[in-house]
Amino acid sequence: MNLATISPALFIVAAFALATVLEPLSSARQRQQSKSVTELLLGDSRKLFANHFFSKADVYFHNGYYPSVFDQASKKETSHVTEAAEHAGAGHDEHEEESRFLGEPRDFIEAFGRHFFVSKHTHMENADARELLPWFKIAAELDPNRIETYTVTAYWLRGVLKKVDEAEQFLREGWRANPDSYAIIYELGRLYETDRHDPSRARNLWELALRKWDAQEKNKPEPDLQAREQILAHLADLEEKQGDLPKAISYLEQLAPLSPHPEIIQQQIAERKARLAK
Amino acid sequence: MTTPLAIAGVVIREFYRRKDFYVLFVMTAVLTVVLGSASFFNDRSIARYLKEVCLLLIWISALVIAVTTSARQIPAERENRTIFPLLAKPVSRWDVLFGKFLGCWAAAGFALVIFYTFFCAISSMREHSFPFLNYFQALWLHWIFAGVVISMALLGSVVFAAPSSNSTICFVVIIGILLLGRHLNRIALTEPPPIGFILSLLYYILPHLEFFDVRDLIIHDSPLIAWWAWAVASLYGFFYIGAFLGLGWIRFRRLSLQAS
Repeated sequence: MNLATISPALFIVAAFALATVLEPLSSARQRQQSKSVTELLLGDSRKLFANHFFSKADVYFHNGYYPSVFDQASKKETSHVTEAAEHAGAGHDEHEEESRFLGEPRDFIEAFGRHFFVSKHTHMENADARELLPWFKIAAELDPNRIETYTVTAYWLRGVLKKVDEAEQFLREGWRANPDSYAIIYELGRLYETDRHDPSRARNLWELALRKWDAQEKNKPEPDLQAREQILAHLADLEEKQGDLPKAISYLEQLAPLSPHPEIIQQQIAERKARLAK
Repeated sequence: MTTPLAIAGVVIREFYRRKDFYVLFVMTAVLTVVLGSASFFNDRSIARYLKEVCLLLIWISALVIAVTTSARQIPAERENRTIFPLLAKPVSRWDVLFGKFLGCWAAAGFALVIFYTFFCAISSMREHSFPFLNYFQALWLHWIFAGVVISMALLGSVVFAAPSSNSTICFVVIIGILLLGRHLNRIALTEPPPIGFILSLLYYILPHLEFFDVRDLIIHDSPLIAWWAWAVASLYGFFYIGAFLGLGWIRFRRLSLQAS
């Protein structure tokens, strides 16, 4: 076979090889360019817009009943979509009290005007929770480093809407954008434990989350102790379910100084030690 | 009444010959359809964000149509000197002003019917429901709002020198009322006496245009507005339409038409 015969084949092979090299480079460049357009247009104000759109989800959660900037002086910092994600099923007495921001009407115009905007405190039905999703997605697009957006969205997706695949995909997007976020890794662990019933992956993720927490928070003057408490509690529970009582006890011992009720944790440690001794 | 109706007919013909409405409608439709084609977490039944964006675009478009159409009516007649042959006939200045108002209001009503038909189509495709009475209340209140805005802009057109300055002032005042009107009494309470008193006075004098903005009720599928409240809001709007037209007529009667 001379060179003239094999040259078309060689040319095709070379072109294919070159394409495999150039295509990923071109895609990466395109992605970078599309990102920079948003950054170029909005700059750091993207974060402000992201906060605004995240709050918009809170407005929807309350069916439009939400304090304006003039009512917000007495408002708590945490949004209620976040509170719902953090304390699923908890009582709402304090929230009800806080939500009476309108108060009694001061005059007849204000009293009459309440017929024309949402002036009663209600919460969205669980089936309507899908209406929150566009705002979360936009908030994440605008500020990919806003961890809360991913964890709260994952709660609504997997906990309420039963969209486990979408929740996992979104958390993984968040993880790619924030590789050191222990909160996202912890949330992903919850997804694997509760929805995928995959305790070994959940354990790996929570152990990784704990290491990330130690690396970032341990030496801070005010570390995020609540996050560590949650990770340790879930790890202890998982190890107990898997029958590894010594490991469960070890996690509970780390948890005891962080817990608001250390006596209960000590009692649990004692119970497990007794079971181990039998 | 036939003279104002004839003048209104001319305004309506001018409205559908101009491109403003078509451009705004196409822009609203295209933006809504593009946003509606977006999929969030593989859920195609999400509707509220789309309703919110569509209604916002409708409100912006309707405001632009109402202000720009009405603000140019009398200055254009003066500039083209067509006001003189018009007033040479047995047509009073009130007939001109009222006819212009009726024409602009009818044109705004026509535009709103088209916009809301589009909105109803989009929202019922997503939600598979059609709360006709809620949409009717919203459309009616929006039309009353347009009437107040048009009468305000007509008053501005006999007070301010140029349509551009009139339009700008109208936009600032209307958007200001929509954003702050409901809260002026609260702000007044926090201010020292002279400013607080002025803000309180404004709170009671200015038209509360926010009564007519019921977008949140539509977006969040709230129950119907009490019919008595809807009727009182309509009367409230008619009162301000009458007041602005009356003030406009007083000013227009004394206006020298030579100066353009």
